[in-house]
Amino acid sequence: MKSLSASKAVTALMLVGLVLLPLYSSLSGNIFILTLFTRIIILALAAASLNLIMGFGGMMSFGHAAYLGIGGYAVGMLAQEGVGSGFVQFPVALAASAIYALVIGALSLRTRGVYFIMITLAFAQMAYYVASGLARYGGDDGLTIYKRSDFSGLIDLSNRTQFYYLCLACLFGVIFLIWRIVNSRFGLVVQGLRSNEQRMQAIGFPAKRYQLVCFVISGTMCGLAGALLANNTDFVSPAVMYWTRSGDLMVMVILGGMGTLFGPVMGAVVFLLLEEFLSQITEYWALIMGPLLLLIVLFGRGGIMGVLGRAGRG
Amino acid sequence: MLLVVEQFLNGLQFGLLLFLLAAGLTLVFGIMDLVNLAHGSLYMMGAYFAATFAAWTGSFLLGALMALGATLVLGIVLEVTALRHLYGRDHLDHVLATFGLILFFNEAVRLIWGPAGLALPLPAWLTVPVPILPGIHYPAYRLAIIAVALLVALLLYLGVMRTRIGMLIRAGASNREMIGALGINIKLLYTLVFGLGAALAGLAGLMQAPILTVQIGMGENILILAFVIIVIGGIGSIRGAFLAAIFVGMIDTLGRAFLPNLLRQVLSGAAASTAAPALSSMLIYLLMAIVLVVRPEGLFPATRR
Repeated sequence: MKSLSASKAVTALMLVGLVLLPLYSSLSGNIFILTLFTRIIILALAAASLNLIMGFGGMMSFGHAAYLGIGGYAVGMLAQEGVGSGFVQFPVALAASAIYALVIGALSLRTRGVYFIMITLAFAQMAYYVASGLARYGGDDGLTIYKRSDFSGLIDLSNRTQFYYLCLACLFGVIFLIWRIVNSRFGLVVQGLRSNEQRMQAIGFPAKRYQLVCFVISGTMCGLAGALLANNTDFVSPAVMYWTRSGDLMVMVILGGMGTLFGPVMGAVVFLLLEEFLSQITEYWALIMGPLLLLIVLFGRGGIMGVLGRAGRG
Repeated sequence: MLLVVEQFLNGLQFGLLLFLLAAGLTLVFGIMDLVNLAHGSLYMMGAYFAATFAAWTGSFLLGALMALGATLVLGIVLEVTALRHLYGRDHLDHVLATFGLILFFNEAVRLIWGPAGLALPLPAWLTVPVPILPGIHYPAYRLAIIAVALLVALLLYLGVMRTRIGMLIRAGASNREMIGALGINIKLLYTLVFGLGAALAGLAGLMQAPILTVQIGMGENILILAFVIIVIGGIGSIRGAFLAAIFVGMIDTLGRAFLPNLLRQVLSGAAASTAAPALSSMLIYLLMAIVLVVRPEGLFPATRR
């Protein structure tokens, strides 16, 4: 019981902190922290979506950043072509991510293990090159979005606080959805497939179909993060799809605790704050971050959630 | 005609370079079951070492040889200090740990050599065009790359198939526990294989260096191509890696060279020039997708079960 409360207490503390952050920001006049945390929340959303297939589904996708780009480019391209309404942009972003996930998933799920890692990586890199070749939409240089998605007065994305709460609501919504999925019959089948695919197949479950649906759900969720991210930066470029970004997302999931509901959020907060902190100390922050990752892999089993659980028990 | 022959040779040369990279990757994966993303960093280090040593000694060949030795040593050090602890762990752990190593190497290079790229100038005797067919000249250096890579491929083949160490390597690839139980020093063998893979990656890097600039991140894009090759060729298979590498090198080079013209005959000029760069960079991935649909295990899987 005690172990449960240790990780629960920290999670609750973090969530309360996230909800109250705009209050602190407006009281202290620190606008930077609000911008930073908007980014953190969006990437936490992406990490949570990756956790659905990686932690619960056992599918190690190394190409999840592609959806960030697809969602972002859907918003950017539509804005460029004069379609500013968020009611069009967001559904298109989600649909485009879903279709991409369907195609890539159908191909990648023919393989498993390390092949799956490499193939999702290669396809994401393909998406990166395609975006770099889009001369009409800025190519390598990326695409500036001059006007954020317009929700016709319902919510103003240019207002920092409103946008922050929109992102936070999306994050909570996605986590709620994941919670429902994981505990549904569908989710149990997917988790069963992670443990033993052959047995599940022998019982009579069409393994690939379940995994594919899970893959598409996860991709669609990450497409939402992409659309939000593009609105946050007012800019989208092939760089958001670069494979190191996919690696970052994986690190966030592992760091926080794979297969836990709030682990990826924790991972995103810690990873991005650490990055911010280290980059203020030294320009060469990756020199510390790299070996740190190595150490986390070697010694930090189960991520932060795992460590908290063990600390509570010990 | 001239262009076709030239591009054909370029494709061969690129394919052979890719093979050097993919061979090390597939050996390490086949034997140690280790996914090494940092393989591309070793490629980059090979190029940086070569540029530095060549500048020190004033001789391209001497610099290249020293760089080869340096990447071998670096690979061994890396294996002993870090990667050795990852054997037998989950593949995901490998991916993350070696991802961390990439961050480290990129940043270390930025710290030591600075953010700007380096150039590795060729000696005069390697820059002359060589007549290969009547009326067709080809740069001597690219011919040298083809020759060296073919030689290395041959040596690798002989070494793996005909020597005692090669026999152990093959045995290790098919059953690790068993050769350990037979009293073979597995630790030493692993270190050796990793060092060999590192040296091959370094060789690819230092040979590519004079053609491209030596820069941070140069190993990353080519690493993904090496992954594609391994997926197409079948993990753990050197023969598969060789054939797939030549194939991918050819398709990539020829696609980039001729696809724009081909498209221009089908589509209007503007549409063709928009679609061509995107399509030619997609070509290899489409190829990989097709291979996956037809043969999910790759074209030449190392072990059939």
